[in-house]
Amino acid sequence: MKASIKFQLNGKPAALDTEDDRMLLWVLRTDLGLTGTKYGCGEGICGACTVTVGGKAVRSCRTPIRNVAGKEVVTIEGLARGDTLHPLQQAFAEHGAFQCGFCTSGMLMSASAFLRESPRPSREAVVSHMDHNLCRCGAHQRIVDAIESVAIQHGTSP
Amino acid sequence: MVVLVSMTPEFLLADEGKRLYPEDFNAYLVIGENGRVTVFSGKIEMGQGALTSQAQMVAEELGVQLASIDMVLGDTDRCPWDMGTFGSLTTRMFGPALRAASAQARLVLMTLAGERLGVPLERLVVRDGLVSVAGEPNRSVSYAELSRGARITRVVDRKAVLRAAADFNVMGTSPQRLDALEKVTGTARYAADIRLPGMLYARVLRPPMHGAARLTLDTSAAEGLAGVTVVARDDLVAVLHADPESAAKALELVRATWRQSAATPDPDTIFDHLIAKAAGFTEVAASGDTVVAQASAVQSFETTFQKGYVAHAALETHAALADFRDGRMTVWASTQTPFPARAGIATALGLSEANVRVITPLLGGGFGGKSAFGQAVEAARLAQIVRVPVQVAWTRAEEFFNDTFDPAAIVKITSGVDRAGKVLAWDYRVYAAGSRGTTLSYAIPNIRIRSAGKNSDAPGATTTDLHPFAVGPWRGPGANMNVFAAESQIDIMAAALKVDPLEFRIRNLTDARMIRVLKAAARVFGWPTVAKGGGRGYGLACCIDAGTYVATMAEVKVDAATGRIAVVRIVCAQDMGIVVNPEGARMQIEGGLMMGLGYALSEELQFRGGEILDRNFDSYELPRFSAAPRIEAMLVPNNELAPQGGGEPAIITTGAVLANAVFDAAGVRLLRLPMLPDRVLKAIAAKGSAPTGAHSADPTHQVRADASRAARIPSA
Ligand code: FES
Ligand code: FES
Repeated sequence: MKASIKFQLNGKPAALDTEDDRMLLWVLRTDLGLTGTKYGCGEGICGACTVTVGGKAVRSCRTPIRNVAGKEVVTIEGLARGDTLHPLQQAFAEHGAFQCGFCTSGMLMSASAFLRESPRPSREAVVSHMDHNLCRCGAHQRIVDAIESVAIQHGTSP
Repeated sequence: MVVLVSMTPEFLLADEGKRLYPEDFNAYLVIGENGRVTVFSGKIEMGQGALTSQAQMVAEELGVQLASIDMVLGDTDRCPWDMGTFGSLTTRMFGPALRAASAQARLVLMTLAGERLGVPLERLVVRDGLVSVAGEPNRSVSYAELSRGARITRVVDRKAVLRAAADFNVMGTSPQRLDALEKVTGTARYAADIRLPGMLYARVLRPPMHGAARLTLDTSAAEGLAGVTVVARDDLVAVLHADPESAAKALELVRATWRQSAATPDPDTIFDHLIAKAAGFTEVAASGDTVVAQASAVQSFETTFQKGYVAHAALETHAALADFRDGRMTVWASTQTPFPARAGIATALGLSEANVRVITPLLGGGFGGKSAFGQAVEAARLAQIVRVPVQVAWTRAEEFFNDTFDPAAIVKITSGVDRAGKVLAWDYRVYAAGSRGTTLSYAIPNIRIRSAGKNSDAPGATTTDLHPFAVGPWRGPGANMNVFAAESQIDIMAAALKVDPLEFRIRNLTDARMIRVLKAAARVFGWPTVAKGGGRGYGLACCIDAGTYVATMAEVKVDAATGRIAVVRIVCAQDMGIVVNPEGARMQIEGGLMMGLGYALSEELQFRGGEILDRNFDSYELPRFSAAPRIEAMLVPNNELAPQGGGEPAIITTGAVLANAVFDAAGVRLLRLPMLPDRVLKAIAAKGSAPTGAHSADPTHQVRADASRAARIPSA
């Protein structure tokens, strides 16, 4: 059904007149030109398309656009604050927590939602939270190290 | 300024005497009047770090800061010709050419500076793009100033000398990857991210199985959808739309009937099929007399190993955007082989290669799978027909269907040991995997190595009619299977002789470099390990690949109730000569080992004849975070040797190191990869019911011993 859908996108208002059953992934990539969110499987399995909606990580390939009406959507393009990288982005760059980088947007969005809920997770908790984000390049160890390093910063900050 | 560097013939020839890098009209590097250096290379970035490592090589040899370099990779209009990015060749084969070009450019610039400053070359030093007189820092001239104005046509009549490892400033260091910022901010562009005004998204009709022939086609319902363009050629049926989801809906409305293919093999019957269909053997290596030697062996071992088909499964599916304008086709493609892709597109379109340009953005993984460029040809053909830019981006199901899989393969080994516990004879036959990785590290006097069912080990050879679908190079092609088999067989012999597997290997090695690498791994791992129990076990494997020596040790835990194998820890030591970027090299080792867990433990393509049953990652299980062991990647220093390959060697050891560790943990020898839980359980059950000493499951494994002689074998 054609609908007029408004939401917050990376801190700014967004409005679209479109079929309301279209998936957020394709609206982002096609209509809104935000290509940082990736297609990896299209069926909610790989996590490459992860964005946050209302602070929670969701798979944009399985999220009809009508579900985000009135909500706050953050994509990888909105994770940094201006020129200041999110601590996770900084940590991923420093730890070399990527190779091809195709899973990276999804990893970062998934991890950022997780650390917001659980700022000081154990390594096991990081592993189990990230377990449904796939990385074919095998950057797993460095991804966990990077997330842990940010969690530790949380732990030591006053 | 443009520096055109003619390469000396040694850089133009590959090992086999094939032309590798032609003298090319494209420049390797350009120095701008602003001092920035643009480097042109046919070697693309697919995650392996070639963007950064190539820039490091140029910065080192040219004498400029890394930050002053801009890389242009895989653009056929602008970069020197290249066969493609595979085979761990970038640093090993292209590296010398790139370094030589940069060093030659430095020599040209220093010669010019010497004339400008009125001093002989010998008195000049270069730092960060500034040439100055030694000891007189005020007398200097920058590359930017030198490059201002005239284009340099001068040819220097002497050959630049590459910098020695001891003097490296940039090579041998691990700066942050040049693609880090764009990859963590989502601004990195991959082929499917390129947008052009008016572009259409195409979805291509696929047959239900390989080998099926189309009988009827009805596109009328799809044509009824607003905004849909239908293209129907004999071999290419596609629907196009300005919105990718609408294109997908239109494809669902296309009706076609197919004549089924007759192929019948499945993942269990494929091995007999391959052995029956593989044509005669090619002799890969032979020395001594294996038949005579075998007869005098005190103990003989005959083993058959198997491995199924494995998908590349890069997270980025094949994608391309094609734009046809003024008779010229430009294609942005996720490809490991931009120049062969240009040739393939030109042929398919009836254009000259000069009228085709392939531009390679960043790749979301390749692993050999993007040596095939079918999507680029599809996009180009469609753009030529519809005359607007066309994107073809395969779905995950298409990616599984169109993949050029790592072939299923079989290895049969018969080997024998003498009474000193040394391997005396090695008779090796491989089917379908090819011969890469069959060269032995060990000093065995009588060997015969034969390969069947693979016509060519040449990269880019993608299909043989042996298989029910396309196969092709897969990270460490052939070597994954061959090293799994050979290094398992070595362990089988060590275990039968009750000799520690490290000790047994060293006893049979004369290659000091390999012994050094094994000992380095052993030191860090703590081999031999004693603390066992609770299903824990330890394994090792080693090999030589792409000029690199690698030794890997692993600790696993086998759950005898479920058959699940947990990999606890892996130590991998690698001697790869001079290391351009140590962190980058470690990332390749870690990534290779992680990826290797897949073919070793969980990945095996499901198919029925030509029908691919795996369509997504729900059934096809990639290694996940929860499967990740602690990995310690260590580089064994060796600055005597030019840089060797690093993308593949580590992954090649994964199958054997885990199979050997599983044997140590559970006393069962897994001869077929992947070591799925039910296969482990079956092997454990077979061990329980078998007479003492025999400990093997499928496929076949026999130990024949002459008891009287075997008794005299000394143990370590
Ligand atoms: S593309 Fe959405 S989970 Fe894979
Ligand atoms: S970095 Fe390539 S898929 Fe994760």
